[in-house]
Amino acid sequence: MFVINCPYCGEREQSEFKAGGEAHIVRPKQPTELSDDQWAEYLFMRKNIKGIQFERWVHTHGCRKWFNVVRDTSNDLIKAVYKMGEKPPTK
Amino acid sequence: MKNKYSLFSLVKNAFSYHENWEKAWKDPEPKKEYEAIIIGGGGHGLATAYYLAKKHNMKNIAVVEKGWIGGGNTGRNTTIIRSNYLWDASAGLYDHALKIWEGLSQELNYNVMFSQRGVMNLAHNLQDVRDLKRRTHANRLNGIDAVYLNTNEVKKFCPIINTSPDIRYPVLGGTLQRRAGTARHDAVAWGYARGADEMGVDIIQNCEVKGIKRNGDSVEGIETTKGFIKTKKIGVVAAGHSSVVANMAGLRLPLESKPLQALVSEPVKPIIDTVVMSNAVHAYVSQSDKGELVIGAGTDDYVSYSQKGSHDIVEGTLNAILELYPIFSRMRMLRQWGGIVDICPDASPIISKTSIKGLYFNCGWGTGGFKATPGSGDLFAHTIANDEPHKLNAAFNINRFTSGDLVDEHGAAAVAH
Repeated sequence: MFVINCPYCGEREQSEFKAGGEAHIVRPKQPTELSDDQWAEYLFMRKNIKGIQFERWVHTHGCRKWFNVVRDTSNDLIKAVYKMGEKPPTK
Repeated sequence: MKNKYSLFSLVKNAFSYHENWEKAWKDPEPKKEYEAIIIGGGGHGLATAYYLAKKHNMKNIAVVEKGWIGGGNTGRNTTIIRSNYLWDASAGLYDHALKIWEGLSQELNYNVMFSQRGVMNLAHNLQDVRDLKRRTHANRLNGIDAVYLNTNEVKKFCPIINTSPDIRYPVLGGTLQRRAGTARHDAVAWGYARGADEMGVDIIQNCEVKGIKRNGDSVEGIETTKGFIKTKKIGVVAAGHSSVVANMAGLRLPLESKPLQALVSEPVKPIIDTVVMSNAVHAYVSQSDKGELVIGAGTDDYVSYSQKGSHDIVEGTLNAILELYPIFSRMRMLRQWGGIVDICPDASPIISKTSIKGLYFNCGWGTGGFKATPGSGDLFAHTIANDEPHKLNAAFNINRFTSGDLVDEHGAAAVAH
């Protein structure tokens, strides 16, 4: 259990949020031209990182807005929070 | 078996105050090369090594484990064993395991305390009733014992359940698999370890894998904290850490690792002599031989390797437990823990070859791997030894995520994932 700093509402308990999985997976521009392997890669394959992960969260029981979080999955410490469309922090 | 456990050996060792029992397995240093190496010394990994040695005559093999054997999810689960899965492929897989469980203590000469006390799955709404009836029929067609119970029969089978119609999620019925039950989780790991060790398998603990050496499209060995070990075949059975090992070989897997929690209460006298699971409210409970209630909670929805999990998940499960079993309202919980489960998008496991020659994966068991331990080991050993899947695990190959031929056991598996 941890606290997430929603960029719109401020710090709230994690139970108010829903995790949306790995961030920055880009939807294919030409879905009709994708091979089965490319579809599998897009739909199912995940980095599932132990360490620093870029991920999406939604403040379900709050503003209901989506945003991105940088979190260390080995200890659940949050390193950064940034809005959708913003560049991920490099450090 | 050299040091067979029996009444005779018990009496004999009593004369030396039980101080001279032989070690159940040795603690060897790794050799330079093995015919095959299993990464992960949990139940599935040890079972794989056992069947490789026993059925496929591969004796020059090793199991490498970063901690101690059975210290991961094998020692963290709620020990439920059942095979009442919906789809044919799953039914075949899990019932294969259940059949091995039925003779496992004798085969291993190690009491795994397998107890066929039955597993009951409850229905709380009309859709549950339809789903459970459908699953009961599917089970019977696959030769798996299953009966549908109405509310009164549920109450009769487990009298402490609150079947009053005015609770938030009333009990409308349930299914019962009488051959299902529980086993002693540690004993499974220890029994397989002892059996494998006896046949010459090296069980190497405190040995973390740091890298997988590849030569083009085949494997050459593993880098570990105890040095480089050469091998042509690597079987990865690393549960929650499967993706971490896969990354070492440059592979991506369709897995997400999440914390799954369980908790036990203070020990009390026998009160519940079966296993009751409820999908809709996500609560399941049984009682250990020590008298503790063993309660399984749900998974968190975020990726984490922290082996903790969120408090609200436990709270939700206990709310459900209290509504279904008002008699437990004053019980105190003793311990809570989390394990990291690797979940596939279709909630079915992967027991498969990969695109890299000599690299095999047995993963994705998600929230329900313990029940499959013997079957998983047997089928994975077959896959490694023959470089071909057994017909029972052919459907659980890694290519199903490309072909679309998924084994979708979400919800159908009788428990929410």
